Amino acid sequence: MGGYGDVQMIDEKGLRMDGRKPGDVRPITIETGVVPVADGSCRMTWGTNEVIVAVYGPMEAHPRKIQRQDRAVLDVTYNMAPFSTTDRIRPGFNRRSREISKVTADALESVVLLELYPRSKIRISIEIVSAEAGTRCVGLTAASVALADAGIPMTDLVVSVASGKINDVVVCDLNKEEDNYGEADLPMGVLPNTGELVFLQMDGDLSPDEFKQAWDYNMDAAMEVHKLMVDALKGGEN
Amino acid sequence: MKGCPVARLDTMSRESSADGPRDSRRALVVVPGEDLGVSEGYEAGHGVLVVDGRLKSTKQGRMNTKGSTVSVEPLHTTYMPRPGDLVIGHIEGCTNNIWFVDIGAPFNSILPMSLGPAKVEFGGTRKILDIGDSILCRVQEVEETHQSVVTMKGLGLRKIRSGALDDVDPHLLGRLIGKGGNFLRDLKLESECRIVVAENGRLWIDGGLDGIFKVRNCLKEISLEARQVGGVN
Repeated sequence: MGGYGDVQMIDEKGLRMDGRKPGDVRPITIETGVVPVADGSCRMTWGTNEVIVAVYGPMEAHPRKIQRQDRAVLDVTYNMAPFSTTDRIRPGFNRRSREISKVTADALESVVLLELYPRSKIRISIEIVSAEAGTRCVGLTAASVALADAGIPMTDLVVSVASGKINDVVVCDLNKEEDNYGEADLPMGVLPNTGELVFLQMDGDLSPDEFKQAWDYNMDAAMEVHKLMVDALKGGEN
Repeated sequence: MKGCPVARLDTMSRESSADGPRDSRRALVVVPGEDLGVSEGYEAGHGVLVVDGRLKSTKQGRMNTKGSTVSVEPLHTTYMPRPGDLVIGHIEGCTNNIWFVDIGAPFNSILPMSLGPAKVEFGGTRKILDIGDSILCRVQEVEETHQSVVTMKGLGLRKIRSGALDDVDPHLLGRLIGKGGNFLRDLKLESECRIVVAENGRLWIDGGLDGIFKVRNCLKEISLEARQVGGVN
């Protein structure tokens, strides 16, 4: 949220810089089974974001100190490739990737039936190949598809979408410029079948009405993305 | 409640389950969280949960209705050990009197010295079975905490010294074996290989190189065919 200054990101017709209306989502493709050695995997492109997620397990949890006697643990690793942005990213963990790994694991823990696999571990690797804006949302959504592809029992899929505010207008699914120069950002993770919320963050300020508008945009977009996720998992069957 | 209203049992009549609409929906592909209809009069089988009087899928797979039990046959499974299962394991570690065996389950098994292939002196476990060795063994016991014990005391249970090992998802073993074992018998004849199918989805293929290649290609085909669902949307 760098503050918009005098950057005009929405025109008088209400269209954004990439021609989208405020409630529109960027184009999305979802592909499963892209990593043959993994138990489950997913490649997701969302605008110019590209994410590959691989799921391994359930497997024996090592080191043994991380084992939980009553349930499995989710070992989520979110990593941005050094070439994923125009500025090279230093390889390895940093504060941001640790935070996103944690919030992703927390969101997925609400849906995965971990109690079926006590003392074991499910490893989820989220690799950001190309980053534009909203990579945590894409990573979480793709991880949920990859978990389903791996046959891990879950009560629902998780769909994550972010809305925000640019030039005092609430818009859905921010792109890079809107994310950098916008005034607020509200990423959400929802369970589309029940409408429950498993992940919510907010950066910047939104009035109650703007928050409600952003919430509605996120919910509508989540239902749209959920349809694509179901299509990808069903592979055109039914 | 929003959701993908694909598979709804409540729209189907119970009387016509033998060859009526429910049979035609037997192969419906479902995803986690999908609503499968009302739970009244039905039992939740594998991969299905009852939530607020509705059946919900917890796995990606094909919905199956047998009698009044609704289940989901997953497209990918993890082996869950049961007592008496014949399994192929890899030695992952050992102590003075125990071997730790990877049997492809979410939890490693243990092979105590007393159930090993030969008489072992305390501290001499690595002389008999070392890390990386593969063994044909049987699950002796599975505890409530899912910890399992395997044994090598029994007919045909041994250390694997020749041939090749391959694996398929455990739920595809039925397809590999075929009705009355026909498919596996034909495969053995065609490849001129000795094939031992373990219940954890691992296979021991022993024979000529050409035969082993034939069997491995066949396994690859079976796995690919089973994972036809899923792709680019």
